Amino acid sequence: MREIHASAISDAVKKLCTEANYDLEPDMLRAFDRALTTERSPAGRQVLQMLKENAQLAKTQKVPYCQDTGFVVCFVELGQDAHVTGGALGDAINEGVRQGYTEGYLRASIVKSPFDRKNTGDNTPAVIHVEVVPGPQMKIMVMAKGGGCENRSKYKMLTPADGIEAAKEWVLECIRTAGPDACPPLIAGVGIGGTFEKAAILSKKALFRELRSPNPDPAVDAIEKELLERANRLGIGPQGYGGDTTAFGIHILTYPCHITSLPVAVTIECHAHRHKEVTL
Amino acid sequence: MVKTGADGIKEVVPPLTDADVEALRAGDRVRISGVIYTGRDAAHGRLLPLIEKGEKLPIDVRGQIIYYTGPSPTRPGGVVGSIGPTTASRMDKFTPALLKLGLKGTMGKGYRGQAVKDALRQYKAVYFGAVGGAGAVLSRFIKKVDVIAYEDLLTEAIRRMEVENFPAIVVNDCYGADLYEEGMKQYAR
Repeated sequence: MREIHASAISDAVKKLCTEANYDLEPDMLRAFDRALTTERSPAGRQVLQMLKENAQLAKTQKVPYCQDTGFVVCFVELGQDAHVTGGALGDAINEGVRQGYTEGYLRASIVKSPFDRKNTGDNTPAVIHVEVVPGPQMKIMVMAKGGGCENRSKYKMLTPADGIEAAKEWVLECIRTAGPDACPPLIAGVGIGGTFEKAAILSKKALFRELRSPNPDPAVDAIEKELLERANRLGIGPQGYGGDTTAFGIHILTYPCHITSLPVAVTIECHAHRHKEVTL
Repeated sequence: MVKTGADGIKEVVPPLTDADVEALRAGDRVRISGVIYTGRDAAHGRLLPLIEKGEKLPIDVRGQIIYYTGPSPTRPGGVVGSIGPTTASRMDKFTPALLKLGLKGTMGKGYRGQAVKDALRQYKAVYFGAVGGAGAVLSRFIKKVDVIAYEDLLTEAIRRMEVENFPAIVVNDCYGADLYEEGMKQYAR
């Protein structure tokens, strides 16, 4: 049994939180450049240019890309031959969030109770999803999830008779209604299948895939490409000022589902697409 | 004051009059300079009961602009952290009452509801869009920040800010026009 100390987990999470907020992944930077060559709208191009500068400034000055430095959503793939020592896994992750957000000048955006709305002051706790997998390692994937776009995420339980065409329409409807509220160009994470909660979790996890990388399932890949093309014909454009760049990607994860069900969850992610991962 | 700069971009300096607001049209690019105030969900939640009771607000909103934002913490020696706009529609419930008191501008991102659009016409006011998620760049246009009310709300406190050439765009004007609707119509294929 391999041992992983809680402090190593905290250190890793701290680093992932700060780096995610300062340093956008290269696939996003390429997406800005690419969109600048295809966007017809002058206002849209100005927005894209500003976002490019924003990413550069965030990285060089270590100032967060967006003032909403997110709710930390943490996916852990815990190898069944690894053992956490020195504390509980959840506590270790939250300690990393606390250190990352307080020492990194990141915003505390979490309230302790949905009713009394008192800020916890250090952006804890994280939302943590743990999956046990074979092997001795631990993979930690962190997303700093913005609230504005999260508020436009939606779920719909379709019927088997509705079929995939209805699922496609629903995804596009989610993007259309999110519109300028969700800071386009956006990315839609889509979970199809499983149960109510499984679809929602898949829709989050789908966002971690690199932009423009093919979906491993060719049939699903074709659906993603069709949806992206259709989304970019909606006309919403960067910041909703009108334009051709409404979405940078539609990423779908599927799971088997019940004979009665066709669950479709859509997590809307803004262009402040901040995520990092590490394997311990 | 509103006047058009040499490059066609409109210079906006609060306090704004009805005539200033009438000079702003949906789609106009603007640069805002001078004093603006921040306020978002929690601060608005405290202002509304004061308005309903006819009590004095911590800021005189007449002619002013409220920017919907909650900045990230300031590094030592810095002016402010990242400071982009938050989703404006969450403030829709509170906005007409503030416009009635003479607030002339709000700034955020995303759709406003019909009641706000109607109030913009009725009370002659304007809704500006700032680029969401560009908080690092936008921080460069902020020259001075003071928390002036509700410090306990942390990032949601009301701040008085001195800004210089802060870039924005008119989304909803006092004539009922909406940049989001017009832009989408123009580029939908």
